[in-house]
Amino acid sequence: MNDAAIEARNLTKRYDGLVAVDGISFVVNGGEFFGFLGPNGAGKTTTVRMLTGIIQPDGGDALLMGRPAGGIGAKQLSGIVPEMANAYIDLSGWDNLMLMAELYGVSLREARRRAGSWLQALGLPQRKDSLVKGYSKGMKQRLILCMALISDPELLFLDEPTSGLDVQSARLIKDLLRSLNESGKTIFLTTHDMDEADELCDRVAIINQGRLVAIDAPEKLRTATSSLRSVEVSFGGAVPLETLEKLPGVSSAKKLGDKYRLYTASPGDLVTSLVNHCRSCGLNIVSLSTLTPSLEDAFVALTEKGDGNG
Amino acid sequence: MADGAIVFQQVRRALAVAKKDIRIYYAKGPVVIFGILFPVFLFLAFVIGRNLTIDFMMPGLLGMVVFFTATAISPVVAPWETQARTLERLMSCPVSISTIILGDILASFAFGVLISLVTVLAGLGMGATIHQPLVFAAGLILAAFCFSALGLIFSAAPTSMPSTVMMLSAMVKFPVVFVSGVFIPLSDLPAWGRAIAFVSPLTYFTDLARHSLQASGHLPVGIDLAALVAFSILFLVLAMKLHQRTMPRRI
Repeated sequence: MNDAAIEARNLTKRYDGLVAVDGISFVVNGGEFFGFLGPNGAGKTTTVRMLTGIIQPDGGDALLMGRPAGGIGAKQLSGIVPEMANAYIDLSGWDNLMLMAELYGVSLREARRRAGSWLQALGLPQRKDSLVKGYSKGMKQRLILCMALISDPELLFLDEPTSGLDVQSARLIKDLLRSLNESGKTIFLTTHDMDEADELCDRVAIINQGRLVAIDAPEKLRTATSSLRSVEVSFGGAVPLETLEKLPGVSSAKKLGDKYRLYTASPGDLVTSLVNHCRSCGLNIVSLSTLTPSLEDAFVALTEKGDGNG
Repeated sequence: MADGAIVFQQVRRALAVAKKDIRIYYAKGPVVIFGILFPVFLFLAFVIGRNLTIDFMMPGLLGMVVFFTATAISPVVAPWETQARTLERLMSCPVSISTIILGDILASFAFGVLISLVTVLAGLGMGATIHQPLVFAAGLILAAFCFSALGLIFSAAPTSMPSTVMMLSAMVKFPVVFVSGVFIPLSDLPAWGRAIAFVSPLTYFTDLARHSLQASGHLPVGIDLAALVAFSILFLVLAMKLHQRTMPRRI
């Protein structure tokens, strides 16, 4: 599947004169696992809300599977896990699922089959008849994911689905998302967790101050920020940070606990300089490793550039 | 999908919204207090110690009951859902804002009709007689729908505080009860009192109830029914327009 699942064209949203989302355009291919990253207040949730039809854009438009975003047709094909949304706490988990099935027009028989299957997959079958007010945060989030899946959507929007969850719940959700994507569903994931985006997404878009600053595969974003390559080293004795900053090829250095991280465009040359420096000073190297930039490094570099700070 | 099929689909989904409201909100404390207990005690305060017949009391009591019960749920659903953060989940489903509004109105309508029927049965048990049952049934259904739609107008302001909406609705509901011929029949009101009464939809239901139970209404039955239809359409259209504008601002 490679037809466009989402086409956003010049989407714009303003609140009280402030531009929350500033004319962003992008395409998510069918079957793709797409990450949408950005700092707090960057416009991620506003973008998701425009795509899912919860709010109307002030400018531009979007298509989901070729249908206008926000219309009944587009919503019918989408499953949504909104940020901060809740299930009905005065209903049981099962009743929440049946309500969603009715709102999506799923037949009762099919709804029961799917509800049983998703509750099983997400580890909730024993609690299905309990009121949701007694659920833990992780259980609620797993239920909300079940609610999004009850209509068997082609396209799944998830806004911070693992935020604040325990390790087991987060892992269960990530494993499920991976298998859903493998089965052909398109996934649009908003997250703060760079490791999660790196681990799951085919491509990521980074939004900052309402504008897209990058859109590419995580690996390509990492390698594009080559100035963030570094060498991490620890010594047998104390070394002044200023001494390390003066070594040839070091663009910046910082102390991390008992280690030093030296940023350079050429890690190989820096290792040679370090070894020579230690020999001449009689310093013992305890550990030394070269590091490629993480997605988080790339994210920070790209968003700081957008802020005019870096 | 054809237009008719879409309408049918959305009506079915409005029923699902109404079913959800019934299960969640009927037993909420403020609904029981302001929807059932309050009109009953207000009415008791009016009748106790006075030598009134059941046929005279019933139209007024029914007017209060249907008015208070039908406006007990519809105003508070939207702020409650905003506060509980379930509204965004609901709005992301393939239902229009009008469908959500219609579902809320239907839940409130059913509450109004149900509690009014209990009151009618109690009245019949105490010796009241319904002379025109069809007129009474049509009036009750129209009035419950009309007042449910009116209740939705109270909650159009995008607040997440149910107490704010209840205060606003109480400010409107109490004056309406006193100017609608609930305690004093329209025929006994002075001309200026009748002029005010005619702008209240509750006046027309109370008058219909007097036709049905006392066989002595002030206005022709057709006028009462037409006024309730007109108020229902006005309140429904207004509620939908207002919520279409304000509901996204609740998120």
